[in-house]
Amino acid sequence: MAELTYREAVAAGIAQEMRRDPSVVFLGEDVAGAGGVFKTTAGLLEEFGPDRVVDTPISEQAILGAAMGAAMTGLRPIAEIMFSDFFAVCWDLVANEIAKTRYMTDGMAGCPLVIRSGNGAGLRFGAQHSQSIENWAMAVPGVKVVAPSTPADLIGLMAASVRDPDPVLLFEHKALYPTKGDVPDGEIVDELGKARVLRDGSDATVVALALMVPRAMEAADMLAADGIEVTVIDVRSLVPLDTATILASVAETSRLFTVEENPRLCGWGAEICSIVGEDGFWDLDGPIVRITTPHLPLASAPKLEDLALPDADRVTATIKTALG
Amino acid sequence: MPLSGAPYGEHGIVLPEPFDESLKDAPIDLEVRIELFRKQHEIRQLEKRIYDLFLQGLVRGTSHLSIGMEATGAAFGVALRRDDYSFATYRGHGHTVARGVGPEPIIGELLGRATGLVGGKGGSMHLTSVEHGMMGCYAIIGAHLCIANGAAWSAKVRGTDQVAVAFFGDGATNIGAFHEAVNYAANYRLPTIFVCENNLYMEYTPIAEVTPVKHPAADRAPAYGMDATVVDGNDADAVYLAAQAAIERARSGGGPSIIEAKTYRQGGHSRADPGQYRPDREVEAWLAHDPIPMYHQRLLDLGVGEDRLTAIIGEVAAEIDRATEAAKSAPEPAAEALWTNVWADGGSQWRN
Ligand SMILES: Cc1ncc(C[n+]2csc(CCOP(=O)(O)OP(=O)(O)O)c2C)c(N)n1
Ligand SMILES: [Mg+2]
Repeated sequence: MAELTYREAVAAGIAQEMRRDPSVVFLGEDVAGAGGVFKTTAGLLEEFGPDRVVDTPISEQAILGAAMGAAMTGLRPIAEIMFSDFFAVCWDLVANEIAKTRYMTDGMAGCPLVIRSGNGAGLRFGAQHSQSIENWAMAVPGVKVVAPSTPADLIGLMAASVRDPDPVLLFEHKALYPTKGDVPDGEIVDELGKARVLRDGSDATVVALALMVPRAMEAADMLAADGIEVTVIDVRSLVPLDTATILASVAETSRLFTVEENPRLCGWGAEICSIVGEDGFWDLDGPIVRITTPHLPLASAPKLEDLALPDADRVTATIKTALG
Repeated sequence: MPLSGAPYGEHGIVLPEPFDESLKDAPIDLEVRIELFRKQHEIRQLEKRIYDLFLQGLVRGTSHLSIGMEATGAAFGVALRRDDYSFATYRGHGHTVARGVGPEPIIGELLGRATGLVGGKGGSMHLTSVEHGMMGCYAIIGAHLCIANGAAWSAKVRGTDQVAVAFFGDGATNIGAFHEAVNYAANYRLPTIFVCENNLYMEYTPIAEVTPVKHPAADRAPAYGMDATVVDGNDADAVYLAAQAAIERARSGGGPSIIEAKTYRQGGHSRADPGQYRPDREVEAWLAHDPIPMYHQRLLDLGVGEDRLTAIIGEVAAEIDRATEAAKSAPEPAAEALWTNVWADGGSQWRN
């Protein structure tokens, strides 16, 4: 067991897979020589050399195109899109090309690749470098979407994503990079499509993702101090989605709250609410409540950014009010 | 007042240059030339059949034909090795045929049949046959130039000497992905061959009205430290020689190439578009610069008997007739096919 930062876990996860499989290659802007703008990929160039760890021009379409063409022809590329906001300049490759290749070719061709990206707010970067776009991604049939919240999950889900025969978008949360966590020794391989119950409580189910997971856990502590016990579930994987774990928990607690960093409209939690509304309706004792960033662009001033994102206080207050 | 000096409908007419008769003596084996002849006919006759089927209401949606543009596809089809990669646009029937895919799965795909090349999930704009190196036809302008780079990169990493070819139109040279892809390929000396089929028009707008250079692909090459070749895209021998040179260069580590093939679509952009935005004199001149009768005559001049050529044309016609009937009588996809092959496990499940 070792303690790693979430930042260090990125390189550890990529290195684990590159050591195992020579067809794994890694490309992106500033990822090799500089070790990544967030220093997440330091050491990879030194270990694997410039043929497998490639510094690219600022050409997001060229990056994802290269990853796709390579994936179709025998490699297992990992591509970095530096800030997830930049998906907007190469969304064609994600939504029209990579996601649809297997279906459009009726299974003849596939894109076993991973696109990893720095997602989310908390660093005061303003509206164009802070978005949580996991809900854009899950709206596209044909891509898998994961968003780990701990260093161990990051390594395990990275490995699962690289080994998966389908395209996976892996969202790292930028504000989690400095956080630390225990990481087991040896190879770590997780599973896509598995949520994790982090805490058990019978009064309500709280589902959260990425940076919202530690905030939901903090809120759970605060609620416990007031005698309210909640179950906290780290969703981890939006596609495939582990609805069984969520529905089973709602069957026990009868209440559901989502804690989402993405802006309100069509956020990932809306889909979970809809599923629970259809498949778990008779288990519910009260309204489902979504706690989200409002439907606003993000401001950069610390005070405004903090107001926009759900925090432990807001989660706590909302749950308390709803439970009466 | 239109911004450009060539308002819609009155643009400068671009006429073909006469065929280069000296290409008759080019060092191309006669059997290779017979193959070029056959492939051009396979494409022409298939496209004509597809047009008929479209007018009969049997091909739904859309279709983009390459009648008049067959020489480029045929030349690359003959010049490429079986394990090389082709990436084409929505105007990709010809490039698919050129890689050796027969007419039956193509017509089946266009008729929405279970026997279609990709089971009815692609349609006219999305033909793929990985076993033939036909890595897909892409309908969002530009992306596949970037994707072809990936296949070229992969060949390099895997240590093979395969090459990747991306075919695209003149219009594609004004989208960002073209510039990203060419820069990327040049920077890493990838074995990618960029082939612009310059047919003078985007959908309905002449490329010259929206492009500040004469050769939309070739004139951009110097910006990326590359040379480019401009060829008569209606002369299969000219394209074949350019293809051979580019392929040889890519295989031997010399990096990417840009080839601009000057050509013309004899019909409209898509569907039943009559193409009336094109001046009569231009259309007439290009109809006279047809790749197929020229090549027929060239082979006669080289001593091939008319009977041999007629026999080839007849064989191709018979196969297309047979394929049409087979495709027409094939069943539609089973309802279950809707749900298959989103994921590698064959299914489409996104939740448990
Ligand atoms: C990104 C994008 N923009 C617009 C279109 C619509 N469109 C389809 S074909 C076409 C014209 C393309 O012209 P060109 O590249 O010259 O190819 P050609 O059709 O002449 O072969 C356009 C604008 C598209 N498919 N993709
Ligand atoms: Mg054109």
